[in-house]
Order: sequence, then structure tokens, then C-alpha cells
Amino acid sequence: MTGRRTTAAAWVVAVAAALALFVSEDAYALRLGALLAMYIALASGWNIIGGMAGYPSFATAAFFGLGAYAGALVQLKGVPMPLAWLFGALVPGTLALVIGWVVLRLRGHYFAIASLAVAIVLRELATNWTGLTGGGMGLNLPVLQSSVIAQARLFYAAQAMLAAVGVGISSLVAYSRLGFALFCVRQNETAAGMLGLDARRVKAAAFALSAAIAGAAGAIHASSIFYIDPGDVFDVLLAVKPILMAMLGGAGTVGGPVVGAAVFFLLEQTVWATFLSVHSGVLGILVVALALFLPQGLLRWMYRGKVA
Amino acid sequence: MNALLEVQGLSVRFGGLSALDDICMTAEQGEILGLIGPNGAGKTTFINAVSGAVKARGTVRFGGRSIAGLRPYQIARLGIARTYQIVQPFPEMSALDNVAAGALFSGATPSLAQARKRAEAVLERVGLVREMRRAADELTLAQRKRLEVAKGLASSPRMLLLDEVNAGLDGTEIDDALRLIRSIAAEGVVVLLVEHLMRVVSGLCHRVIVLHHGRMIANGEPARVLAEESVIEAYLGRRYAKRSALAAKA
Repeated sequence: MTGRRTTAAAWVVAVAAALALFVSEDAYALRLGALLAMYIALASGWNIIGGMAGYPSFATAAFFGLGAYAGALVQLKGVPMPLAWLFGALVPGTLALVIGWVVLRLRGHYFAIASLAVAIVLRELATNWTGLTGGGMGLNLPVLQSSVIAQARLFYAAQAMLAAVGVGISSLVAYSRLGFALFCVRQNETAAGMLGLDARRVKAAAFALSAAIAGAAGAIHASSIFYIDPGDVFDVLLAVKPILMAMLGGAGTVGGPVVGAAVFFLLEQTVWATFLSVHSGVLGILVVALALFLPQGLLRWMYRGKVA
Repeated sequence: MNALLEVQGLSVRFGGLSALDDICMTAEQGEILGLIGPNGAGKTTFINAVSGAVKARGTVRFGGRSIAGLRPYQIARLGIARTYQIVQPFPEMSALDNVAAGALFSGATPSLAQARKRAEAVLERVGLVREMRRAADELTLAQRKRLEVAKGLASSPRMLLLDEVNAGLDGTEIDDALRLIRSIAAEGVVVLLVEHLMRVVSGLCHRVIVLHHGRMIANGEPARVLAEESVIEAYLGRRYAKRSALAAKA
């Protein structure tokens, strides 16, 4: 199929571009690269629960923020950065297993609202548990003693690696039993249960994977900006953007969130920078346009009929 | 011979409505059992109760083990497969993957590759192998009904609950379906089918259970049961039943 060759070529170009950026001396470009990589990770992570299983989670902000705080707090205790990031993945992943067991009983809009509530609760917790989190004053992280360009390169590499891990996990899931089960859950959960599938287990697994990726992204983000506060890391936009990206590219596919994140990133950088005061209006229009004209996403629109 | 399915005092209530009331029955290996009754008699509720889709009171034993209160997926893994009156495919997935899901989730095959291999064999058996690459929602109604049976069969069930799989099929399609059901039962599988077509009931079933307003009003050989006054009354009303009883005496 020509589609397969195009896909392979696109992956090669993406990886080559990512490597080329790594040796760049432009700190600004590296920061943008880190942001794009983070978007890819978040969109791919959301896609596991939201796209493959069809559970529209708004909990990405919750897991991102929790990961940021978890990573920051252990980093302040002297844990080295990579381990802190791992911890930042572990804590939200575990929380997702626990709350997933409860909220994944809900379907559709009900699940969406419940998942949104998780972010609100965590944000309130972070704001009011002053003794641990510094409350609304935020939390300062250790500042690195290295050059600006070295820091930019480090965090770009970290986010890019996370993006690669996120896409890797998502493709492993897509072509495994778990992915097959998630596709069945999305299409007809009742029928899947009647055939012997313990839907709650596979949904909880998908939710946890998705949360772990978002958490790691949050932890790396926290390390890279040296300061976090509840309003920033539990921002509801962090929940909405990955959904938009995944849908823009094609929810449920492996490549969709990557393409969607890239297109969204370009839109954000060009259009939004020029219309600074109305950018949330543009976001709204984009949501409506997506739902109306591209419900299946760019990839499915380009390769009609070819899924995954 | 020990009964594979033993149901005792099975009752289901929806609020104030008694959908099933104190049903007692058994089914033995290889038996083809018809479940008939007018609309709203509780036939589908019975299937839902046995497969765990609705909560019921009473005892249900399958292969000697109590399955009351288990969740649908647990019951499915014990070897009870069912179809729905309104077909429940995975609409965007291929016919092959629909059936593979039955093989995989039930535990009949350990891997997805093996599940697909088994699915192909099952599709061959039900006559859908040429359609295996097509998405389920592109199939005709008759094909989708057969797909439901195939999904159930792929799980290597010990009991198959068929909810009106023949409704809406034409003559030759029904003949094919009957042949298939007989061959399934010949392997020792209990087949319990909800049916409206008397031709299917009398030609296929070893035994017939009649439900009316949630109660079991008859249980026995098709020819005898279908002639019972209470059964005719349930279907056609009291006056018709009296008249036909008089006609039979004369």
C-alpha cells in the first residue's frame, strides 16, 4: 500500500528533524521543540484512553499537575531529575488505577465530567495544602548550574524522549491484545463484556498508562521552568489541548495524535501569536470546526477506510 | 444424565413489574430448547438473567456451579455465549475481528493471532468466510445475525443462548440456520433459543418452554405443548382456546 510507505517516510523525517534540532545552538528553537514534543506525548497519552477506548478524559490536567508536583517535591528532597520524572509518572499512574476503578464505570459525558472533577479536586488540594506544596505561592525547584543552551538541550531531549516513549507505548498498545480489547470497548462495551472481556480492567490499564505519560510530561516541565503553581500545572487547557490535537490528527490511531500535535503547534505558534487577544476565541472556533467538518481527524480523512 | 443448566426459583422484578416469576427448569447437554411466549412474556429477560445482564433472584447452576450474581464477563468465560435480538456487533471492525473477539475474550484462544485463525474457521462454518474482511456494519441483517452466532461459537461455549436469530430471515436462510443449530447441538452444546417462528420450534426443538406474563406455563415436547389449551390461550386469547378445545373433542 502506498499509505504504508508514506507513513514510514513520515516517521523517518520526524525522527531526523528531532535529531537535527538536538545539535542546534538556538535555545529558542530547542524550547519550542520541547513544547512540541510535550504536546506529542500528551496527545499520544490521551489517545490511549480517549481515542482507543473512547473514554473522553479531561483528567490530563490533573495527571500533568500531579506529576509536576510529585516530581518537584522529590527533586527538592534531593532525588536526581530522571528518577524524579519517573516518580512523576508513577504517582498519577497509580492514582489513575484507583480512581479509574470508580469513574470508568461512567460512560460518555458522565465520565468526561467526573474526569474533569479530578483536576479541580487536585488543584484545590495543591492550593490549600500549603505545608507540602507551598499553596498558591507555588514551589521553587532547584535551579541548574549550567548554560542556557545546555539546559534547553537537556529538557528538549527529555521531552523528545518522552514523546518517543509515548508514541512507542501507544503503538505497542494498538497492536496488542490490550489495544484490540480497547477498540472493542469503544465500539460496543456491552457486547465485549458478554463475550468475556473484563472491560473495567483494560480501561483502568489504559487510563493508568495515559496518566503516567501526562505525569512524566508534567514532571519534566516542572524541572525545566524551575517554578510551578497550582493554576499553571492544573490549567484546564492542558486537558483540552491534547484532546484537540488527537482529534485533529485522528483519535484512536497511533499517528493521528502526532500529526495533530504538530498541526496544532504550528497553528498555536503562527495564528495565535498574531491574534494574541482573541486566541481563546480561535480555540473555540477550532473545536466547533473539528466537530463539524473533521470528526474523524486529518489522517482518516486522508486515508479513508484505513484504520490504525 | 446430569443437567448442565439448573434454574430454580428465578425471578426478576422491574420496579412493580414482575418480569420473571419463579422459573424452574433444567437443560441437558446437546439439547435444543425452545423458549416461546407472547411479546413481553419474559423470554429475553430470562436470557438476560442467565447471562448476568440483569440482576435476578433465585439459583442458577451451570455445570454444577452457582453462577447467580456473577458479572456477564465471568459467566461468558464459564462457557455461556449469547446473541442479542438486536444485533450487537463491533460495527467498524471486520467480521473476522468481531469473531476473533469472541475467541480471545472468552479465553478459548490465548493470542490474538490464534483468535483470528479460529475466527476464520468459525466464519467458514457459518458461511461468512467471504465476508471476513468487511466491516460488520456493511453486512446484511441476515449476515449480521450469523455473525452474532459466530461470535458466540468462537468462544467454544457449552451453552448457546440465541435470542431470535431467525427473525427477519427468508426461507433458505432459515434452513441454513436450522442446519447450523443442529450441528452445534450435535457437539453436546445446549442450545436455548427464543423463537417466534412455529416452523422452527416444532421442527428443531427437542423441548419447548412457554412463558406468559413472566411465568412458565408449559414445559415439554413441542407437539404436546403447542396443543395445550393454556398455551393457545396465551397466544390467541381465551375464546379461541375454548373453541379449538371443543373442536378437538368433536
